[in-house]
Amino acid sequence: MSEETHVPVPYRTFILIWVALLILTGITVAVSRVDVGALNIWVALGVASIKSSLVIFFFMHLKQESILFKIGLLTMLVILAIFVGMTFLDILYR
Amino acid sequence: MSESTTYTGFWQESPRPGILGWLLSTDHKRIGIMYLTCIISLFIVGAILGLAIRLELIAPGETIMGAQTYNATFTVHGIIMIFMFLIPSIPAAFGNLLLPIQIGARDVSFPKLNLLSWYCYIVGAILAIIAIFSGGGAPDTGWTFYVPFSTQTTTNVNLAAFAAFMLGFSSILTGINFVTTIHRLRCEGMTWGRLPLFVWTLYATAWIQVLATPMIGITLVLVILERVFGAGLFDAARGGDPILFQHLFWIYSHPAVYIMILPGMGVISEIIPTFARKPLFGYWAMAFSSLGIAFAGSLVWAHHMYASGMSDFAVLIFSFLTFIVAIPSAIKVFNWISTLYKGSIEMAPPMLYALAFIFNFAIGGLGGLALGAAASDIHLHDTYFVVGHFHYVMFGGGGFALFAAMHYWLPKFTGRMYNHKVAVIGWALLFVGFNVTYMTMQAVGVAGMPRRYYDYLPEFTTLNQVATAGSWVMGLGLLIMFVNLWRGMCSGRRVGKNPWGATTLEWEVPSPPPLENFGEEDPVVTKGPYNFKGVVADEY
Amino acid sequence: MSIEHRDDTGARFGMWLFLYTEVILFSGLFILYAMALAKYPAEFSDASHKLNIYFGSINTLVLLTSSLTIALAVSAIQMGRIKQTLILCWITIALALVFLINKYFEWSAEISHGIYPGSEQLAEMGPGITTFFNLYYFTAGLHGLHVFIGGTLIGVVAVMTAKGKVTSDRYTLLENSALYWHLVDLVWIFLFPLYYLLYH
Ligand code: HEM
Ligand SMILES: [Cu+2]
Repeated sequence: MSEETHVPVPYRTFILIWVALLILTGITVAVSRVDVGALNIWVALGVASIKSSLVIFFFMHLKQESILFKIGLLTMLVILAIFVGMTFLDILYR
Repeated sequence: MSESTTYTGFWQESPRPGILGWLLSTDHKRIGIMYLTCIISLFIVGAILGLAIRLELIAPGETIMGAQTYNATFTVHGIIMIFMFLIPSIPAAFGNLLLPIQIGARDVSFPKLNLLSWYCYIVGAILAIIAIFSGGGAPDTGWTFYVPFSTQTTTNVNLAAFAAFMLGFSSILTGINFVTTIHRLRCEGMTWGRLPLFVWTLYATAWIQVLATPMIGITLVLVILERVFGAGLFDAARGGDPILFQHLFWIYSHPAVYIMILPGMGVISEIIPTFARKPLFGYWAMAFSSLGIAFAGSLVWAHHMYASGMSDFAVLIFSFLTFIVAIPSAIKVFNWISTLYKGSIEMAPPMLYALAFIFNFAIGGLGGLALGAAASDIHLHDTYFVVGHFHYVMFGGGGFALFAAMHYWLPKFTGRMYNHKVAVIGWALLFVGFNVTYMTMQAVGVAGMPRRYYDYLPEFTTLNQVATAGSWVMGLGLLIMFVNLWRGMCSGRRVGKNPWGATTLEWEVPSPPPLENFGEEDPVVTKGPYNFKGVVADEY
Repeated sequence: MSIEHRDDTGARFGMWLFLYTEVILFSGLFILYAMALAKYPAEFSDASHKLNIYFGSINTLVLLTSSLTIALAVSAIQMGRIKQTLILCWITIALALVFLINKYFEWSAEISHGIYPGSEQLAEMGPGITTFFNLYYFTAGLHGLHVFIGGTLIGVVAVMTAKGKVTSDRYTLLENSALYWHLVDLVWIFLFPLYYLLYH
């Protein structure tokens, strides 16, 4: 099955991603020093999500994989959101 | 019947001789047979424990065991029946036996992982058995391991929880294997629209196994950590929250009931068309309702917790969603019945089990709605109504589906046929005994008898005695069924490829199938799974 | 008649499925975290204050870098540069070790202050802080276990590469171990801000 071997990703791309990850880490640390109330946690989660997307799409080659892999990931994330979100239905309204 | 009388297919063909040829085999059929052997053995142990529970309840007060023994007995009964019998039953045993053949593959995607999964299963089962006889004694928490009791009892909960963890891991590995296999190894022409429905249900099940099982893993690990460190994660006095344990537990364990029932529904969807000699009614509705059940099944877990003290808002939402999830199940029942309509029905033993499945499942499902409605559940929660209900779906549904599968595919995998008359007698006793036992349990539950007690008030005596008597009839039925199948397997009449005149791929290979299932040529599929044109049953 | 059936995409897909199970496994702990945070916002930020942000940040850098090196290792083997592959694998393992050693010092310091699950000193700090540290230890502990497993896995693959069993046209094992390692990184990407960086 030859369709399946990926073209190697050039070192340069990976290093750029790494730099981006470091910058984003810096941003989270910096933002955590500023009081924006409840927004802090959402910023932290937002930045973490961006960082993970970079890792997933580039380091983990998801960008090169077929649609099946992407749908699979999406399914898992939807289920995860259900598990977390619906538990809040209890906790927030007790 | 073209095969020579000495032909034994995969039972003989193996790279290694003797017992190692089994224990180190990566052949999906051998692994399936090993699973089936263990699962049936454990079922027999679990059933004996169940009969012992019923015997204790034949009269109020202590009859054959005291409170502590009783608690341990129903706990071990539950753990065996859920984690070691029903969850692996159809997917791991019949899924392994059939999935590759039905999609025209020579094995699963990861044969070695498949073997590893069996070893995880065996290790889990052995650890669970050790847990009964060692440490502080057999676990007495119920199969649900609820905190705070499970973090405080001195019985051997740690080992039992770890055993359940291993069994979960085994289930995950099977799930990963099946999803990948169905995506990657379908033979030429085996499009998604031509998959047998058993495969569709295995597919939906495998996704649940992958996405829900880890939650029970972490939950059990946390119970063990709690017991070791006494951290207080679930202890309200120390900032924890016992209800969160129940959330985590049911986030897995509700979807798990679909792991138990979906593959059973797949089996029924194979058997009904064959013995009605009609294509299955509403193929796509059946396929998508399987996926629908799998998805909607992840939305309703807290219907087990109406009485736990969670928020009223959550009760409302989860109750509503529970009614939604009944829809795809009902679609299936209606489609089976529509398939039967104007079919030329043959009441062979597999068909009898399939019809019993529909009957039992309908009762269990409707009882489920009574429990899903928050108002009535407050009354019914933790009564024998619940015990009756879940036996109807799990035993009357999942268990009967397994028995149906055994009667349907035994000729395929052994090349021999059991005695039909005896099979019908066994079925009749099982069916009648089953309904007497559990219908009565539902009644005594509505009357107010709580579950998980070795004793009860005198006014419940009559109904309990009826239930216990029913359990003996049921036990006799089980005995006859197993003996008959065993004798058929060892010395029944030989059958050819296709004794039932069925249409899916496994009936086109010899019985028993050879190693790697298909000869030199990979199969090519050109028609749908339930096309009966020109298919005739072999004489036997 | 033997089935030397090779399906690299299938193998990778299987690995992704396995990673989903890992995410759900960790999500159990994150659910407990989210619920406790909703209940004890103030206590959680106090508790977060007690964690050493330097240890946390350094370990973040270490893991991000190790993620880079293992990603590079995959590119290297695809281009047939075995020697570079090996070097990159060993660097990754070294970084894993640095991470664990760091963790060891961090935990020793905290434990010596009487902060660990089940300790009495912790109980005196009140329910919110107790819950924070219980979750912190269990989550970071489980993560540390994954660092250990991932490092071992990469070690095994490196040896196989050196022996020529993993090559430029048969490298799924390396790819899959790399995927696993990235997951370890992903968990930490969330763990770090949630435990070390709550506003204070
Ligand atoms: C011979 C057949 C069986 C008999 C006589 C039987 C009987 C019983 C009885 C009387 C109880 C209630 C114990 C109590 O609450 O005090 C019980 C509990 C239970 N049974 Fe069965 N049962 C049988 C088969 C099965 C099967 C086939 C399954 C599942 C596939 C099953 C699953 C369970 C579970 C999960 C519990 C709950 C245990 C707990 O409360 O933790 N049983 N059984
Ligand atoms: Cu449920």
